[in-house]
Amino acid sequence: MDWQYFLEITFSGLTRGSIYALIALGYTMVYGIIELINFAHGEVYMLGAFTSFIVASILGTMGFPVGAILVIAALIAILWCAAYGYTLEKVAYKPLRGESRLAPLISAIGMSIFLQNYVQLAQTSDFIRFPVRIPRFDFLSQFGGIVRSSDFVILVSSSLIMICLTLFIRYTKMGKAMRATAQNRKMAMLLGIDADKIISLTFIIGSGLAAFGGLLIASHTSQVGFSIGFLAGMKAFTAAVLGGIGSIPGAMLGGLVLGLAEGYTTGYFSGDYEDVLAFSLLILILVFRPSGLLGKAKVQKV
Amino acid sequence: MFLSAKRLFRSLMVSLWFMCLVFPIMGIKIVKKVAVYSFDSVFYLGIGIFFASLAWAWYFEVYLQGGMEKDGKKSLFAPVGQCWKKITTKIEDTPSAGKYTLLILLVVFSILPFVSSMYQTTIFALAFLYVMLALGLNIVVGIAGQLVLGYAAFYAIGAYTYALLNQYLGFGFWICLPIAGFVTVIAGFVLAFPVLKLRGDYLAIVTLGFGEIVRLLITNFSDFTGGAKGVSNIPRPSFFGMELSPNMNTIYVYYLALFAALITIVVVARLKDSRVGMALQALKDDEIASEAMGIDLRKTKLAAFALGSCWAGFAGVLFAARNSFISPASFTFMDSVMILSMVVLGGMGSITGVALAALILALMPEYLRAFSEYRMLIFGLVMVLMMIFRPQGMIPPSKRKYYPSALFGKKGSGKNDSAQKFSANTIAHGNSLNESTEGEKHA
Repeated sequence: MDWQYFLEITFSGLTRGSIYALIALGYTMVYGIIELINFAHGEVYMLGAFTSFIVASILGTMGFPVGAILVIAALIAILWCAAYGYTLEKVAYKPLRGESRLAPLISAIGMSIFLQNYVQLAQTSDFIRFPVRIPRFDFLSQFGGIVRSSDFVILVSSSLIMICLTLFIRYTKMGKAMRATAQNRKMAMLLGIDADKIISLTFIIGSGLAAFGGLLIASHTSQVGFSIGFLAGMKAFTAAVLGGIGSIPGAMLGGLVLGLAEGYTTGYFSGDYEDVLAFSLLILILVFRPSGLLGKAKVQKV
Repeated sequence: MFLSAKRLFRSLMVSLWFMCLVFPIMGIKIVKKVAVYSFDSVFYLGIGIFFASLAWAWYFEVYLQGGMEKDGKKSLFAPVGQCWKKITTKIEDTPSAGKYTLLILLVVFSILPFVSSMYQTTIFALAFLYVMLALGLNIVVGIAGQLVLGYAAFYAIGAYTYALLNQYLGFGFWICLPIAGFVTVIAGFVLAFPVLKLRGDYLAIVTLGFGEIVRLLITNFSDFTGGAKGVSNIPRPSFFGMELSPNMNTIYVYYLALFAALITIVVVARLKDSRVGMALQALKDDEIASEAMGIDLRKTKLAAFALGSCWAGFAGVLFAARNSFISPASFTFMDSVMILSMVVLGGMGSITGVALAALILALMPEYLRAFSEYRMLIFGLVMVLMMIFRPQGMIPPSKRKYYPSALFGKKGSGKNDSAQKFSANTIAHGNSLNESTEGEKHA
């Protein structure tokens, strides 16, 4: 067994997985609170990649250093995508609250198609190159090139963000209100929590995380296109379901597991079947263990 | 007043918000590493959003209150709303109107190949295939209420059954048609068995995954299926063993498609009123209640998938025969969504509505070239707006009506007496005895 190769794939799998986890958090948080699969979430991630591409290109021509470009692009992408998420909820989902569950789902699919084509028409239908790459770190060469610098940046920044999110959910008043709303919205409203605000907040946080994931993937693969949202969204959803939809640590775990599984299939078999693997995994989990790895089984009340 | 200063200010704010929101994507374009700004398109969008937001507020705050404003006065635009309401209720109260439209269309379509060009004929043949597909999906989504997002997979299976059987075994069109129907029914079962216990959104996701897996497998097994390059030189159908000239054959395929669409309409209409169809509709309204009424959920769901998928198989064979070339690119998620939007737009469960919507949506991009670029954008938006403003679709299905007076021997006498007439929906939900045909508001 080639340990060097094994570790290399493990790290690239973890990198991929942590980006899935960032997107999956948005799915799982929204599902936890309003029980809706936000189909347009993958498109928000794509919007994040595009916004950061535009910002980075403008800053790049102005001659900013690479680190500053990445930080500013990340901030603007997060801000804008949070606004997109907020607007999305207000326009497409809020008027449908209390309808049958099919209506918001179809509305979400419609929104996803709309956003995809909006970016395609406003920008381009080709894949474009992201202008900056994550710089090379010298201290990583001590490890024999197992961890690439972009892997390092993605792993560190995404785990930092996930730790912050966990702390936020666990210890702040807003986080507490979110958990309460997820448990029982009516009861939370009776206790004086503004459920509308909490739902908006969920969309804002989820979209911000997805935008950050979009920036990371854009600078990692240096490829941005209008269609990247669909597949990434589906895989992140798989990750969320794998971990147990509605559970935040579940989404993180699910993302990492899916990323590793994909990394090993690509590394040891063939890259052709990684999408098939993700979709088959999704179906198998939904059919045999819909509650996922960390989720609680729901009892159907009649 | 509806158009108060406060409201105008709010709309202005909304339009500013949207202008700010779309600015990076719409306003800036990177051409060869140089940013090109276009403020005018953002500005026009802002103006559009301003009026849209006024209309939005009017709908939610005035129209839904029956044209009354908060202070009890009649709204300035109340006649507009009343007019709209009158038109829509008129459409809903005359279900025969849709049937007559379809009949007139049938007459027009049956003489079309002789009065128009070959190009038109091929386009219309494709539109008829979409009518078949939309009606097939209508069985699963509209009548049985099971949201399937991978319908293009069945279409692909049908098309590839014909293409591959022909390529490897030399089977003809007429032998492949029933085989493809059979194969897609099997595929429907394969999908339905594991998802019997799933409902709603999970079902949607699993079917989406199924659709993608089928497409990816077709693409990846390139030795057998031709991969992304597809299969070409698929023969067109023969006419009682005779080979026809290309032009005659186009007309022949046109009539085949028309006939197939017609059969689909008739069969689905009959199915809806049959025992199975009633069970499917009960399944849509409430799974638990229908199980309590003695409907076998397993059997009914399997029936829904099998009945729905076989039409996609037939349409797939016709598609392969019409195009004589197929590739996985014709069976993507977007195609599934397009078929789904036909069902949603037409009115889930309504046969006339879905057939008309399929015709309109399939033909529109061909005749409005400018529109074809924005086609998917508009589809997406229409799906969202439809769900918000008219979830029952263009022509909602007419609910079965029961006349209690008929029980006492006075057949049909209660027809004009609205107090004695109530729909199946109201019985199912135990509401008061008003004839509500509005929307499917599930409890």
